[in-house]
Amino acid sequence: MSLGKGPVGSVALSVGFAVGIYGVSFGALSVTAGFDIWQTIALSVLMFSGGSQFAFVAVFASGGLAALPAAITSAWLVGIRNGFYALSLAPTVGPRGFMKILASQLTIDESTAVSTSRTGPKEQRAGFWLTGISVFVFWNSATVIGALLGGVVSDPKVFGLDAAAAAALFALVWPRIQNSIGALIAACSIVLGCLFALVLPSGFPVLAGALIAVLIGFWFEGRKK
Amino acid sequence: MTPWIAVLVGSLAVFSWKFLGYVLPARFLESKKLSTFAGFLTIGLLSGLVGVQTFVSSQKIEFDARVPALLIAVILLRFKVPFIVIVIVAGATAALLRLAF
Repeated sequence: MSLGKGPVGSVALSVGFAVGIYGVSFGALSVTAGFDIWQTIALSVLMFSGGSQFAFVAVFASGGLAALPAAITSAWLVGIRNGFYALSLAPTVGPRGFMKILASQLTIDESTAVSTSRTGPKEQRAGFWLTGISVFVFWNSATVIGALLGGVVSDPKVFGLDAAAAAALFALVWPRIQNSIGALIAACSIVLGCLFALVLPSGFPVLAGALIAVLIGFWFEGRKK
Repeated sequence: MTPWIAVLVGSLAVFSWKFLGYVLPARFLESKKLSTFAGFLTIGLLSGLVGVQTFVSSQKIEFDARVPALLIAVILLRFKVPFIVIVIVAGATAALLRLAF
């Protein structure tokens, strides 16, 4: 699908629908990880950033209440890219006052992708707002459906939901590791995360492993030049 | 910490980046190092989670039904299969293997 062609409204709708389907798996995984339905919905409405939400839930699933600070930290760091989206959207979207808060909340991978693929400021603004609103509606409705489905499952292992969670996370990172640096960072982070998991309390192994993997990535990039 | 507090603090933390982007001057965007760092960090954190979710159970490395499930997910990703199908097939693979053994 080309995000830059066709009426911006229908692009926004189809992107919202496609992404909404992820919301079902998020809702189910969040509930089986131990959050209740309301906490799951609150995550989708308030956090509203797929990568951060999956990370938050995954860390809680592996470490329980004691891992909540690490879950917050992981979600926060996964969300850093949204800040760069906001920086690049600011000149075109240019929200003022209260609209700044609304625009911030809707600043995610998809609204940025549609907005930046349109031509002309009017189309770019429309692309941002329509896609943001469309994803917000689909994502949250799907979360409710997923949370209700997940509530029926008592043990996440029965339906292989632990493996489904890993697959979901990997599918999210997949487009970013199609080059050598991305693949190197991912490989280092997987190995280091597992090694640190033998000695560090739940949640922190991933943070420690990822930071070292990022440093390795910078070293590799510096060498290439 | 209760789950509710974590949900609210976590959401606020994620929001803080987005909001920051709209109030900071645009010259921060020009810092190539900073945006590369953000991209690298997303890769590192998400794939680290994949590793721990696949190979670790209660502070031990364990190769169980999750490993073949992830391998199948990788194969499906290479064939550009839609997200939801990958998640369901991976879950079903692990569930069936556990049922069989």
